[in-house]
Amino acid sequence: MSQTIKLTTPISEETVRSLKAGDIVMLSGVIYTGRDAAHKRLCTMLDNQEKLPVDLDGQLIYFVGPCPAPPGRVIGSAGPTTSGRMDAYSPRLIRECSLRGMIGKGDRNAAVKDAMKEYGALYFAATGGAGALIARSIVKADVVAFEDLGPEAIYRIEVKDLPLVVAIDANGESLY
Amino acid sequence: MRTIAFDDVVSQVRAMCGKAACLLPPDVLDALKKGSAAETSALGKEFFRQYLENADIAAKENMPLCQDTGFAVYFVEMGCDVKLDSGTVEEALTLGTIQGYKDFYLRKSIVADPLFDRKNTTTNTPCIVHLKSVPGDKLKITLAPKGGGSENMSALKMLKPSEGRAGVVDFVVNSVVNAGGNPCPPTVVGVGIGGTMEYAAYLAKKALLRKVGTPSADPRYAELEAEILEKINASGVGPQGLGGKITSLSCHIEFFPCHLASLPVAVNINCHAARHAEIEL
Repeated sequence: MSQTIKLTTPISEETVRSLKAGDIVMLSGVIYTGRDAAHKRLCTMLDNQEKLPVDLDGQLIYFVGPCPAPPGRVIGSAGPTTSGRMDAYSPRLIRECSLRGMIGKGDRNAAVKDAMKEYGALYFAATGGAGALIARSIVKADVVAFEDLGPEAIYRIEVKDLPLVVAIDANGESLY
Repeated sequence: MRTIAFDDVVSQVRAMCGKAACLLPPDVLDALKKGSAAETSALGKEFFRQYLENADIAAKENMPLCQDTGFAVYFVEMGCDVKLDSGTVEEALTLGTIQGYKDFYLRKSIVADPLFDRKNTTTNTPCIVHLKSVPGDKLKITLAPKGGGSENMSALKMLKPSEGRAGVVDFVVNSVVNAGGNPCPPTVVGVGIGGTMEYAAYLAKKALLRKVGTPSADPRYAELEAEILEKINASGVGPQGLGGKITSLSCHIEFFPCHLASLPVAVNINCHAARHAEIEL
């Protein structure tokens, strides 16, 4: 297993291009959540040339729909969802919004990998089915858009040492 | 005729929703420990360590094992000598689900219309109920909360009877291997063979309720389960689909008589957080 690399967001294109598939990362800083319904809305807004409710330039999106926060906690269980369902939307967010990376589980399609190579973006795997463990790495969570979508709303979350693996790097190398 | 209070069913179902979401059953924990010992990939071993730590945190802190607390799928066996003092079993399950998912801070994952507006019902209902009438005066309710990621990797095929055993092995193994990391491997593989199209699917889901690692009582099917598991684990998909020896923890086959023209086979996959809980009233 590779050495653990500590990363803090935002991540520069230079750093993105230096990371390799298989690298183990402990991620800290601000990231945004988003899954099926939020991605669909973001892309509809792009179609209509509307301003997005979050600036994704240089940011990471974590594909997650968390459980409600129990009393005294900032968030409920919060593991990754299957990324393949976002394949239809991710290339646009990389190309048109300069999204720097994504966090999820499972393989991505060729269109996503092509956009990642061309624009310098990473795909990280978080541990699927370890939502209680991952919630411990989340120190702050606020809904910033699409509150009506409930668990599918966009949250701005702050993470500390979130354990990730670079699953697909910006050269198109993949662990899958 | 024995009578059970409707409210009693509701409150026990409510509690079962919380328990199923946060407590990994002992059979699954054992299978994860065995899998961890057998896994040879360093990254795979690290995932097993995280699964076990996750189960520990979930149990101690009453946090759901996985944020996808699932569609509430109930298997109910209702004795013919027992009745509720009011309402139906389905109504009690629905009410218990609504209360449980709210009170234990579980995620509400059900959208009202599958195709058009996909608006969240905000209660995690309706639930899915498989109700069976059995002899006796007991009411047995099993809850298997089913996550979307693993459910999406389900497959069903009406094989030709001539495709036989080898056809079944190929279809099941390919379905699981092609699912890759999507259903959160290491998985539990439920297989339904026989019946009709919808009954094979029901059997595949029911197969997931069996204690992980328990072979079929029929030696021919037990051998088939072992062969399928071995072939899946030879694929190298591994924990999280990122490589390793352990792609599935167990394969369970349920079977049923079928039409002389048919050989239906259904595959339903559970993630490593293979949740199930049951109560008997």
